Amino acid sequence: MMLLEARNLHLWRGETHVLRGVSLAVQTGQCLQLTGPNGAGKSSLLRVLCGLLLPAEGQLFWRDLDCTRELGPLQRECAYLGHLSGHKAELSARENLAYLCGLRRRCSSNDLDAALEAVGLAGAAQHRPLRQLSAGQQRRVALARVQLQRSTIWLLDEPIANLDIQGQELFHRLLASHLKDGGCAVVATHQPLSVSESALVRLELQA
Amino acid sequence: MTWLWFHKLASPPHFYRIAGRWLPWLGWSAAVLGVTGLVWGLVLAPSDYQQGEGYRILYVHAPSAWLSTFTYTTMAVSAAVGLVWRMNVAHSVSASCAPLGASFTFVALATGSLWGKPMWGTWWEWDPRLTSELLLLFLYLGYMGLRSAIEDQTRADRVCALLAIVGVVNVPIIYYSVEWWNSLHQAPSVMKFGKPTMPASMLVPLLMMFAAGTLFAATMVLMRARGEILRRERVGTWLEAAVGESVALTGEKR
Amino acid sequence: MSGTPSLFEMARLQMVRDLRLALRRGGEWLQPLVFFLVITTLFPLTFDSQLSRLRDVAPAALWVSALLSSLLALELLFRDDALDGTLEQLAVSGTPLSWVLLAKTAVHWLLTGLPLVLMAPVVAGALGAPYEAIPGLLLPLALGSITLSLIGAIGAALTLGLRRGGVLLGLLTLPLTVPVMIFGAGASVRIIAGQSAAGPLYLLAAVAVLALALAPLAIAAAVRINVE
Repeated sequence: MMLLEARNLHLWRGETHVLRGVSLAVQTGQCLQLTGPNGAGKSSLLRVLCGLLLPAEGQLFWRDLDCTRELGPLQRECAYLGHLSGHKAELSARENLAYLCGLRRRCSSNDLDAALEAVGLAGAAQHRPLRQLSAGQQRRVALARVQLQRSTIWLLDEPIANLDIQGQELFHRLLASHLKDGGCAVVATHQPLSVSESALVRLELQA
Repeated sequence: MTWLWFHKLASPPHFYRIAGRWLPWLGWSAAVLGVTGLVWGLVLAPSDYQQGEGYRILYVHAPSAWLSTFTYTTMAVSAAVGLVWRMNVAHSVSASCAPLGASFTFVALATGSLWGKPMWGTWWEWDPRLTSELLLLFLYLGYMGLRSAIEDQTRADRVCALLAIVGVVNVPIIYYSVEWWNSLHQAPSVMKFGKPTMPASMLVPLLMMFAAGTLFAATMVLMRARGEILRRERVGTWLEAAVGESVALTGEKR
Repeated sequence: MSGTPSLFEMARLQMVRDLRLALRRGGEWLQPLVFFLVITTLFPLTFDSQLSRLRDVAPAALWVSALLSSLLALELLFRDDALDGTLEQLAVSGTPLSWVLLAKTAVHWLLTGLPLVLMAPVVAGALGAPYEAIPGLLLPLALGSITLSLIGAIGAALTLGLRRGGVLLGLLTLPLTVPVMIFGAGASVRIIAGQSAAGPLYLLAAVAVLALALAPLAIAAAVRINVE
């Protein structure tokens, strides 16, 4: 089933023509990998897809519904992970998740436990202020947030950055189970994604 | 389709051409009306039996005051159009309005103050209209300050559009509150311009000045908007053709 | 325990989080309050005629100081959330942004506006307002500070991400606060003089209601534009 489709997206940032007619389509169980040199517009494309940037031209469809103007239906089913995590260093991992996920769907204490344990943050680490955690651990909290939102589509910008080998494996496990459950993802990264070839689509953006 | 002209106007090249065609008409009629109105008002019109010659500053003051609010409304309306329909041309018009409106506001304040000296015996009186006018000047300055602080053009357009809309909602409330505040102080209300009793020999040049001022404002906004469009569309391909054309045109005239 | 949270739950989440953050950051939220006390102290010190005439300018001193300190506090209202990506997450969450940001502004008012209102009687007393008038001064300040917070929040959202946003924030918001200042100070003057302040109080309340209804829309729109 076709989930996300973008047709002929154009985006200007100042005088640079960042996206020049980008089209893409993502179906259930598919993962679209965005590659391309720095400045090719990977992050911008992700931000257009989640509605943070409005394209100058082009159309966006979510479940075959035109949401170019009204992205609500897409946003309600979408988890976006950008360069910024949206976390507060003064709050613990649990508190951050309870807030960011709680605004979208009701999360029980068990949900929070499960999501944080799944990314390897159990026990006391859940309750320590985030600033006491390492960069890699903070990224794991962000992954837990994406996971906990239970969104149909994941839009991830360099999710593997800062993660150690175990962290990368963890990410791939999470991604694989998300795709298996009928979700889809758009991931901007240069590192190879261990997703089965049949589920992987690649899109290379030109600078 | 009836809305075709609206969509056409949204295209920068089209707007640039149409505005260019209108400019001479607007400009010349503003000049003719303005000169006639000024000569009539400042020289030919009879002097006021109460205020003497001093009242003649009205011929500059009243149109400026009217244009200061009219320009603000135009700025806010075009900003709203730009925000809702994502229309770059409308943002250009809105951006062109601000310095012009600020100048009108300043002229209205300066002439009001000049008029106040002989009438009230002071350069500045906390008269409700003058106070509101001063606040309007601050609103313009805020708009211009915000615009110049944001580097990204699209963002500046949209943020400033929002500010203009917020401002236009506030202007009536500000005006009313200043009136209310002033009513506490029992200011000399005799000193207000007595328009209804004005004889035709005074009224006609005043109306001419209003018309001339409005036409002048339209001319300036269109000229500035054209400049704004040139600056924004400097990467567009239509520009070379358009500018080349108008350069050729001015060359012919000479 | 699943499903979309209600508006009430969203507001509660936002408010609990912001209150918790304010507590963990120590006394940062107290600074505008101290600023308020310092400015009001400066008024008598810069007053060179008889101090007994101070009570004539007490409402003016009170309101201008309240305006400046609430503005000072508002500069930081959205800054952290913009820098760490929280606003981005809110903007893409599909939740009603204006509602969540209204809750955020409400917390901000609780932490900066309300203490200021509660502190005002002390300040008014020190400035020479008659003691029997002091309780009456709370209502106009409470109503006015709500509106000031809302208008200031619009300014803060508009100037989000600008390097020298502080001065600009003042330039943008101060003219818009004129009605609040006029009606608020007008009510205070009448209360201190022992007259009925019903007129300006109603107007102040009307402005507050209008701000409550419209400001969140403007705040949300400005935030949306500025997180791009």
